[in-house]
Amino acid sequence: MTPEVTLRQLKPGQRAVVKKVGTGGELGRRMREMGLLPGTEIQVIGRAPLKDPVEIKLRGYNLTLRNNEADFITVEIGGEA
Amino acid sequence: MSRQYTIALAGNPNAGKTSVFNALTGARQHVGNYPGVTVEYKEGLAQHQGRTVQVVDLPGTYSLTAYSPEELVARNYLIGRRPDVVVDVVDASNLERNLYLAVQLMELGVPLVICLNMVDVAKTRGLKIDADKLSRLFGVPVVSTVARQNQGMSELLAAAVELAESKPEWHPLNISYGSDVDQGVAEVADILQGAQERHGLLSARWLAVKCLEGDQEVIERVRETPELAEKLLPVCGRVAGHIRSTMDDDPDSIIADYRYGYITGITRQVVSSEREVRMDLSDKLDQVLTHRLMGPIFLFAVLYGIYNFVFWASEVPVVWFEQFFGWLGGAVEGTLPPGVLRSLIVSGIIGGVGGVLGFAPLIAFMFFAIAIMEDSGYMARVAYIMDRVLRIFGLHGNSVMALMVGGGLSGGCAVPGVMATRTLKDPKARLATILTVPFMNCGAKLPVYSLLIAAFFAHRQAEMLFLLTLISWGLGLGAAKLLRVTLLRGEQAPFVMELPPYRAPTMKGLVIHTWERTWQYAKKAGTMILGVSVLMWAAMSFPGLPQEQDAAWQKRIDAAPSAEARLELKSNRAQDELAGTIAGRAGRSLTVLTDPLGFDWRANVALVGGFAAKEVIVSTLGVAYSLGEVDPEHSQSLSKRLAAEKGWNPLKAFALIIFVMVYAPCLATVVMIRKETGTWRWALFSVGYNTLIAYLLALAVFQGGRALGLG
Repeated sequence: MTPEVTLRQLKPGQRAVVKKVGTGGELGRRMREMGLLPGTEIQVIGRAPLKDPVEIKLRGYNLTLRNNEADFITVEIGGEA
Repeated sequence: MSRQYTIALAGNPNAGKTSVFNALTGARQHVGNYPGVTVEYKEGLAQHQGRTVQVVDLPGTYSLTAYSPEELVARNYLIGRRPDVVVDVVDASNLERNLYLAVQLMELGVPLVICLNMVDVAKTRGLKIDADKLSRLFGVPVVSTVARQNQGMSELLAAAVELAESKPEWHPLNISYGSDVDQGVAEVADILQGAQERHGLLSARWLAVKCLEGDQEVIERVRETPELAEKLLPVCGRVAGHIRSTMDDDPDSIIADYRYGYITGITRQVVSSEREVRMDLSDKLDQVLTHRLMGPIFLFAVLYGIYNFVFWASEVPVVWFEQFFGWLGGAVEGTLPPGVLRSLIVSGIIGGVGGVLGFAPLIAFMFFAIAIMEDSGYMARVAYIMDRVLRIFGLHGNSVMALMVGGGLSGGCAVPGVMATRTLKDPKARLATILTVPFMNCGAKLPVYSLLIAAFFAHRQAEMLFLLTLISWGLGLGAAKLLRVTLLRGEQAPFVMELPPYRAPTMKGLVIHTWERTWQYAKKAGTMILGVSVLMWAAMSFPGLPQEQDAAWQKRIDAAPSAEARLELKSNRAQDELAGTIAGRAGRSLTVLTDPLGFDWRANVALVGGFAAKEVIVSTLGVAYSLGEVDPEHSQSLSKRLAAEKGWNPLKAFALIIFVMVYAPCLATVVMIRKETGTWRWALFSVGYNTLIAYLLALAVFQGGRALGLG
């Protein structure tokens, strides 16, 4: 089994599956309504010029979030759902 | 006699909802604001087989919770007004996330038609969607459309009218959220069942789900009935606690997970992917446009290009507007006898409104440029690129657009700048941005700068202007940070934001966007600003000179030996008149405060006048220095005069420049801040905050400079 890391640690181009969204409140709700929840496949498209925020692809569309928000997302690299 | 049906359009942002609305209603639209919030309200009329249908465009949302004003407005409209049919515009190329809203609409129970939009885009991505199957699985009509090309619009309207004619009941969809949550929901719903009639036509289950989700709006409503709240809320708390301990997650998270699970179950059956597209064209464009090096260069080039385009394109129409108002003023001057009425109409009304409306072409082009950025999807990238820098100051990536429009590259206008903050969703960051925009060097401050720079820094003109741009950014960002650590302190709202795929904007969409916003601006100029510019005119005209003094001046002017001497005497009379008016007296009494800054009464009157519009500062200084009316664009005579004037020196000029840069935003901006924040409190705060900072800075510059022996 591949080690679990947070979304912040993924490199551009890498694919992963979300294992846990470790936050509730407004941020957690916002992530979930955008479809970022356990079991979702994601791919890192790139990072902004100052390495933050990060752009990811999920469910066929592109989403951006800040690194300190990405910290709450635990993922398993390269896995298939 | 058949009743007129109302169709409400719901949908995610970027799903093409606006295109559908425009295609259905054409130009027959009405734009307004929902009372109390800055959420736009749009409605229009559509024709279907001789029948007129009212179409209401709800704000674009991803969900139907109570956490953003847009979602609340949309939900309250659906519940309170109960439209005959709700059309949910769904992006076919991004089906899963778009159906999240659709499922919530079905859970609420509204009569629904799904508009499967952008099927062409889905096709190019290799997605095949079985619309009939989707319709069968959901039990609602599904119509495939390409709204940008007007495809499927009449079918959509036909499906909506057909549904409306069947007088549908609300049928809430019940989906399972897992046995634990389902049990809890049932328990809460049982209690609500007894009090059902108190909650109108909403289903007890829907209300129960909302209570468990912790929906503040619904819980508040429950609290209105104390007996119910007493029974219900402890049960909600216990059930939620139980779910939290057994499932290790909040009920609202679990409910969201199950909703998506339900959606995935359906999309698996209706969507087939012909090929997997890993990186589409839009992603490849992002590799370049948000590249570490290329991204910022391209962004700067775009902003610089917009700035140049706007001023280039609006140059001719602005002159037309100026000439028109000049001609109008002249025509009135020719027909009315001299006196107060003529002065009121020419200087107060035509001058005041003309000054603001004269900017209308410039503002229209600015909005046009912004609409291109928004409709193409690039605006979201601007926020993405700039967010890291602006976050340091408590602002948001999207703030950059408002600051640029407001004069970030010198020469914008704070009015559209304040309006451009609408793209910001974080309320505190938005407010901080609104209050920062007036620090930028707008086009009206430039004539003041060029006057003073020509007089005192003639050998360093370009460097001075560049320095002033840097200073305004420094001060603006500093002021924003100061607000964010004091009055507007608080956690930053989540950034999590969709980056929509790049698309070529349609001309129709751009024109409608531009027209709506420009019209709102023009309406403002016609009402509020008219009133206040009349007040400013009165302050600078009354009281006039006492009769005997006026007669004495007239005698001297009549007796003047030459035309030049007569002109000089007339200018002297104008100076004398101004000194006696309310504004003149205010200028004199303000010297108590402004002495430490080095400003005399003449500068003060000009600054008071500049509150109406900053370019008035130049013309008022002209009158105060007996040069007659000075054209802000051609102020060489005034600069020579100031350079030679005793008491003026580079230090005083610099202190005045800084004061003009920062002090109270002009009237039009103050009115716009009132409109965009919804309260006079922030508009007045902005006047006070800016003037105080301006005073302290000018004081520091003047006294500091003197201490260093510069003055």
